[in-house]
Amino acid sequence: MKKKYLPIIVFVIMLPIFFIGLSRNKSELPSPLIGKVSPSFVLPSLINPSVIIDQTNLKGRFVLFNVWATWCAGCREEHEFLMNLSARNEIAIIGLNWRDNRDDALNWLDTLGNPYEVTAEDKQGRTAIDWGVYGAPETFLINPQGVIVYKHLGPLTERDWMMHFKPFLSINSI
Amino acid sequence: MKTISIILVMLFSSIGHAIDNGPAFTNETLQLRYEKIIAEVRCLVCQNQSIKSSNVFLAVDLRNEIKRLLSIGKTDKEIANYLVERYGEFVLYRPRFSGGRIFLWLAPAAFLLAGFFMIVNIVRKKTLLLPTQNND
Repeated sequence: MKKKYLPIIVFVIMLPIFFIGLSRNKSELPSPLIGKVSPSFVLPSLINPSVIIDQTNLKGRFVLFNVWATWCAGCREEHEFLMNLSARNEIAIIGLNWRDNRDDALNWLDTLGNPYEVTAEDKQGRTAIDWGVYGAPETFLINPQGVIVYKHLGPLTERDWMMHFKPFLSINSI
Repeated sequence: MKTISIILVMLFSSIGHAIDNGPAFTNETLQLRYEKIIAEVRCLVCQNQSIKSSNVFLAVDLRNEIKRLLSIGKTDKEIANYLVERYGEFVLYRPRFSGGRIFLWLAPAAFLLAGFFMIVNIVRKKTLLLPTQNND
């Protein structure tokens, strides 16, 4: 008798597995870096190349680490929100200018505004590889201990910020 | 004859080489290892293409990085780990035999075995039923 229900039981077990598997966005890959200390890097500042930017710029407070480039359409899209966010003084935003032309990048910041505390220039893309970057814009949230707690792929919006980033900040302030 | 040879050249000219200009290594074993590794690394921007056959700059960067790792004497396994640490398991076309992925590797054999036992069971039951049917 029990055997008759076996296919139904198997089906019920499989249902949520397939449901989760199929509803996942395939182009968004979970980063293995979440929960780990942010990868080390030493890069020149985009605006002032004699200034060196490294992990110490990320520690001691929550930081948004935003990977951008002038060739990236999504970066243009999120720029207004980043300007807005930086004006609110909610969090320090540090930029990683990825595989870009320096003049274009400086021009971008001049004309569209500069939401970044500093921007590191990753001309060779070595740092981007260490951070597992595969498509700009990508935004990492780094906690005061220097650990990556969240990663967002694609243009950042107010909604993403409120839903996924903000909750981390309030947990820590309690 | 000329047409055939042109077609043959067109067909086979791209085989075996990444789209770099010329081989990456003069050392043949290193070149072979390089070719093998980059054919198994997924290009994450252009998914379902290996970084061997893509010219997106991330693929170029990753090929250069693999070249660098090979030239400083890293093993294939170390290079795979290096990539997985950064991009996750998905970057490799062939899932490695560890952790939750063991299920992926063993599932086909497990299903086959389960099917075999089901058949054995059914056949055995059917043969047990035969004498009673004869008595009717």
